[in-house]
Amino acid sequence: MATVLAPPKNLTMADLKGRVDPDWCPGCGDFGVLAAVEKALVELQIPNHNVVTISGIGCSSNFPGFINTYGMHTLHGRALAVATGLKLANHELTVLVTGGDGDGFGIGGNHFVHTMRRNVDLLYIVMDNQIYGLTTGQTSPTSRIGMKTKSMPFGNIEAPVNPISLALAAGATFIARGFSGEQKHLTQLIKQGIQHKGFSFLDVFSPCVTYNLDNTYQWFRPRMKKLEDDPTYDCADWMAAMGKSLLWGEEIPIGKFFERTDVPTLHGAEPVLNTGPLVRGDLQIPPDVVASFIAELM
Amino acid sequence: MRQTFAIGIGGAAGQGVATPGDIFAKIFSRRGLHLNAYNAYQSIIRGGHTFLTIRTGPEKVTNMGDRLDLLVPLNQDAMNRHLGLLTSGAACIYNADTIKPGAAAEGVQLCPLPVSTLTDIARHKVAQNTLAVGAGLSMMGIGFQALEEVVSEQFKKKGQPVVAENVGIARAGYDYATSNFTPFARPLPLAENRYAVLSGNVAMAMGGAAAGVKFYSAYPMSPSTGVLHWMAAHARKAGIMVRQVEDEIGVVNMAIGAAHAGVRSMCATSGGGFALMSEGLGMSAMMETPVVVIDCQRAGPSTGVPTKTEQGDLWQMLGAAFGDYPRVLAAPLDIGDCFKIIPEIFNIADRFQCPGIVLCDLLLSEGRLSVDPKDLDFNPVIDRGELITTATPASSTPGNGGYKRYKITESGISPRAIPGVPGHTHTAATDEHEEDGILISDEFTNPTKRRAMMEKRMRKVAGIEAAVPPPALVGPRDAEVTLIGWGSTKGVIEEACEILTEQGISANQLQIRWLVPLHGEAILDILEDTRHTFIVENNYSGQFARYLRSETSYVPNGYIRKYDGEPFMPHHIVEAVKEQLGGKSKLSVPVHEIMV
Repeated sequence: MATVLAPPKNLTMADLKGRVDPDWCPGCGDFGVLAAVEKALVELQIPNHNVVTISGIGCSSNFPGFINTYGMHTLHGRALAVATGLKLANHELTVLVTGGDGDGFGIGGNHFVHTMRRNVDLLYIVMDNQIYGLTTGQTSPTSRIGMKTKSMPFGNIEAPVNPISLALAAGATFIARGFSGEQKHLTQLIKQGIQHKGFSFLDVFSPCVTYNLDNTYQWFRPRMKKLEDDPTYDCADWMAAMGKSLLWGEEIPIGKFFERTDVPTLHGAEPVLNTGPLVRGDLQIPPDVVASFIAELM
Repeated sequence: MRQTFAIGIGGAAGQGVATPGDIFAKIFSRRGLHLNAYNAYQSIIRGGHTFLTIRTGPEKVTNMGDRLDLLVPLNQDAMNRHLGLLTSGAACIYNADTIKPGAAAEGVQLCPLPVSTLTDIARHKVAQNTLAVGAGLSMMGIGFQALEEVVSEQFKKKGQPVVAENVGIARAGYDYATSNFTPFARPLPLAENRYAVLSGNVAMAMGGAAAGVKFYSAYPMSPSTGVLHWMAAHARKAGIMVRQVEDEIGVVNMAIGAAHAGVRSMCATSGGGFALMSEGLGMSAMMETPVVVIDCQRAGPSTGVPTKTEQGDLWQMLGAAFGDYPRVLAAPLDIGDCFKIIPEIFNIADRFQCPGIVLCDLLLSEGRLSVDPKDLDFNPVIDRGELITTATPASSTPGNGGYKRYKITESGISPRAIPGVPGHTHTAATDEHEEDGILISDEFTNPTKRRAMMEKRMRKVAGIEAAVPPPALVGPRDAEVTLIGWGSTKGVIEEACEILTEQGISANQLQIRWLVPLHGEAILDILEDTRHTFIVENNYSGQFARYLRSETSYVPNGYIRKYDGEPFMPHHIVEAVKEQLGGKSKLSVPVHEIMV
């Protein structure tokens, strides 16, 4: 039955406003990420009912509640697995996964690696603050060596994970890093990540103003060096990207590290989806197919 | 007593125990004979010992039975282990070149096959198997044509010369037995029916396809892997997305993600994998996104005995995930029921937007049963519940038109909009939330709202109870003995009841299929009139007995338990009942006599 719908109207920032205001601490980097995501969706004019924002657990994972799209606030570390299932069931949806460094690289590390190698078509934004915030300040997988936290009061002795190098090694097909304090730049990266066909990984420096007093806005700002400003940098060159990913110090690169477009997405590689999304699939199996299934048993 | 005929084939893994088993199964099921097959094996790819029991007969065969009529040992080890099981009237067919028989009981016919003189063994490593199948069928009084047909099918892909060669070997075995061995006293009858033969795993996979499952995810784990294998092999024809995932945590979360998008979604595992899934089940319950998880129980705890059966996961299912939430838990009663139960549990899970758990076990998952193909109904009732899949004219705005995903209703069921429908945007959260999905656990923590949402979800329990039938007593109401079981023990208890009744102890059976909701009051009403009750289950601590007592305060007269990895045989139950009626004890733990 055809349903008469009102003509679509342009999506505005106001449309994307969630039903509650974010409960992040004043000054939290995550505000900048939320604003950049909203701007990107408005610029791309993707109807909000076709967007699903999926998160795990943590401060940044409260994100889906603060934006008016479909949302799922899942379990700690499991957002990518949930998102993979959702995307495979309805690949016409735009899927954004949002979360933090503990959620994605710690408890969810296994799903992170496998979702990248599968090239699931979604944008994964990690609001990386190098600390566990919601549990009141413990060491995270991206905390630097020597950083003092409640769980490592004498200083972290474990080497941090390098999310960009890890993503390169695991086969992500779009890899970028942004900074919450660089709104325009971040918005462009989000747009590119949504438009990329395949797994897009966006690590965003999103300072925790309450528990991480080492990696502050002031600490990041002078170090941010945009890859786009270097005309010789070729983001199709995996080896060059790996080299850039290792830089950490007075200069830390942000921007698009790597992109390749020749790898099929997971949903694109599976012929079961050739006839359309599963969610519109016929629940009944054709009689001749049923007959063939039963004949195998006779 | 039912007329049945049981064959045991024993050998090392990799010696080809399965092929003669398949040939016998095909021949029996095509001539209208029912069958039940159970393979006792070890977690080893080559070597070790495996023992396949195929029991056939004109009536339904529901378990492996008590007696072997024909033993086919493929090596000396199998001969040594099992010859002693044979009693008068049985026969043992073996390769006389390589296997020496031990002392057989009186009336047991030893049938040595001179394998090297009947065939060129250098060319055919499994010739002894084919010869034995031929010899066995001759002694059962089954015409050679049936064997020729099945052997030809078996080798069709390898070309006509291979077919001819193998038919020749089968013929040699058949003819040698006709001239040298005594046929069995009662030839197997012939009927017009043809049955399908399938395992519980295949049945559950096909049941999923029939239920409209569109997404199936799994991590390989014995004894559940057969579900994955069927799904993977038939996915494209059936329009099902099948994914092998990095771990069971990923499996259940992926399945829930797909379910959330609006498809029926299923996964299967065993106890260890299920343990990893339990947090995900809580998510399904809290988000009210239905998913069906199958647990094929194996002997635990921990890695346990991966190739052996047990009913030891009941309390894990009852306690899976923390907090209170509505769940449905059902244990299929036999392999045919493995098929039927899947569409049924999906309807309940969909209607009540909660997780559904199917509690199967290795005995059913890997056992095989003859089923009338008409009973494999691919057009079952499908009830997706209150699912919103299309927009209404009023809901075409980017706002959500006041839609409340978790609307508080009398039934506790809130209409569920799937992502992509205009005008219904909302967030589904594992945190406690308000009617419209807004999280209340952080700044919105509110005891009144928490209580209201808790009660909304839990109100669904009453609806589920009304939607699920209570169990029924089978057999005479005034029987002297009542045997209570759950799930896969249905067939063996049924036969134990028959044997007891024949021996002058009238018996009836109460078999539980729906474990949650349990219908405790209906069970108490049934048990009120009984005389001597026994709870029969395949675990150490009496998990069901403890559950029944916790729900109803009911205490039976006795307990019959087995936890050696092998299933019950009818005589185990019969002897235990007699022992306990004699007042010797309240707990029997029968000894498994077959050394596997």
